[in-house]
Amino acid sequence: MDKPDKKTNRRDFLFTASYTVGAVGLGATIWPFIAQMNPDRSVKALATTEVDISQIEPGKSITVLWRGKPVFIKRRTQSEISEAESVSLNELIHPEKDQDRVKKSEWLVMLGVCTHLGCVPLADKGEYNGWFCPCHGSHYDTSGRIRKGPAPTNMEIPKYEFVDSNTIKIG
Amino acid sequence: MSEHTYVPESKFGKWFNDRLPLLTLSKHLQDYPTPKNLNYWWTFGGILTFCLVTQIITGLVLAMHYVAHADLAFDSIEHIMRDVNYGWLLRYIHANGASMFFLAVYIHIFRSLFYGSYKSPREIIWILGMLIYILMMATAFMGYVLPWGQMSFWGATVITNLFSAIPFVGESITTWLWGGYSVDNPTLTRFFSLHYLFPFIILGLVVLHIWALHVPGNNNPVGIDIKKPSKDTVPFHPYITIKDLFALLIFIIVFSAFVFFSPNTLGHPDNYIQANPLVTPKHIVPEWYLLPFYAILRSVPDKLGGVILLFASIFILLALPWLDKSKVRSAIFRPIYKQFFWILVIDVLVLGYMGAMPAEGLYLLIARIGTAYYFLHFLVILPVLSSYEKTEPLPASISEPVLKG
Repeated sequence: MDKPDKKTNRRDFLFTASYTVGAVGLGATIWPFIAQMNPDRSVKALATTEVDISQIEPGKSITVLWRGKPVFIKRRTQSEISEAESVSLNELIHPEKDQDRVKKSEWLVMLGVCTHLGCVPLADKGEYNGWFCPCHGSHYDTSGRIRKGPAPTNMEIPKYEFVDSNTIKIG
Repeated sequence: MSEHTYVPESKFGKWFNDRLPLLTLSKHLQDYPTPKNLNYWWTFGGILTFCLVTQIITGLVLAMHYVAHADLAFDSIEHIMRDVNYGWLLRYIHANGASMFFLAVYIHIFRSLFYGSYKSPREIIWILGMLIYILMMATAFMGYVLPWGQMSFWGATVITNLFSAIPFVGESITTWLWGGYSVDNPTLTRFFSLHYLFPFIILGLVVLHIWALHVPGNNNPVGIDIKKPSKDTVPFHPYITIKDLFALLIFIIVFSAFVFFSPNTLGHPDNYIQANPLVTPKHIVPEWYLLPFYAILRSVPDKLGGVILLFASIFILLALPWLDKSKVRSAIFRPIYKQFFWILVIDVLVLGYMGAMPAEGLYLLIARIGTAYYFLHFLVILPVLSSYEKTEPLPASISEPVLKG
């Protein structure tokens, strides 16, 4: 509609400037209403959990709650460890060495959350002697790596450290 | 829309109507010319309005006793069931009402599919209806989370995790939806807030849906355009109001049978166990009305692929008026479409059954075939049929086939 030779005048500048200020202002106003839904400070404050692992027998595992999510702490048997270590990487959907998933090979510490849609997998089940998710049938091995089923990645390893030989600090 | 000239009889009525023409609207709704051959499949609009109002009223009073907090919600439901006067009745009406609402909406949708009610000039009515349906699913899902039982918690976990499949931003979106690192109290309180809000958005869309309906008028079983008003139409009141009321009574009998004799049949026993973030129930399934979509989700062995197909299966319906280009609306005059319609009905029922079964072996195979057929129907069969199907001749009017004989 504008004539091609029409020059930008002062009014065009004022319009553009007003729209820009309006858009920025609107965005800035909407932001608190969006951001309030993100984790609040009290949720973020619950970031670490200390766990006593002295009572866990080989082959057994415990489940603790960290940030509302289950964390599996498994004391693996020698055969489970060698099973996990002997798998060649090209058999894996999400290739990761077992050594890279543990700090001490006896202790597997990982989020007990299926990476498909978030269910809690069952221990000592499935075709790979590790975990099996009852929701949509994902099979994990003794290192918590996805081997079969719809889950895209291995079960996640949280940040943790051994405070002493009997205590793990998660987070 | 010929009653714009309506003048109320009383002096006060005239005074009021000149300032706010509510009486003109009421007159329009009474005289609204309706095809005289509407069958009982056309009574579900009224039934759905009843369902929405029932859910809003029972929900309103339940909210007076319910406590939206992760530590208290489960007990407050038991409090409603045991202590609140008629609390059991109100909750059972609300819970079964959701199922009845979906039963009615599915019949309503398949009615449209059979008689081609989504076709020109009714595309906007159809799209508004689909938006209502999508909001209904969101509302029902969030409502199911509120009792904070095991199924509530894990249903919420699975559904919100669907968004984590989105590349790059998925994790941030789920954290934002949860208000934490898992489904927890912040999730419950926001779901309660939105569960309260959405029905009123639905109500607004229903008003637009009916408004859009009153522009071209109802489609009808033979699917032809008719003159309005004419020998082919009857006034909405009393002819349609009384027919709708009769159908509603039958519907309420079925509704009451569930509420009074079998209130937990459509629910899951696991939801009478309080939410436990450490244990996932053995067999986790959504409510029956979401099962076909759940089957589609699970039929894909890839996370992102499954989620894309799930959403595609819903949003494809929005494009339906442009996928089916056949000028003939009613399946009565479309001999081939009629058969594919029934195959689709069976396909959706089969998918629903597969959604309830474990995703393995033969079940999974059938679910995959069902999923493939679902998309085949909308993306291939309908467009191809629109150009190749030989339709039967349409009558000139609704009265013609009857009066000639």
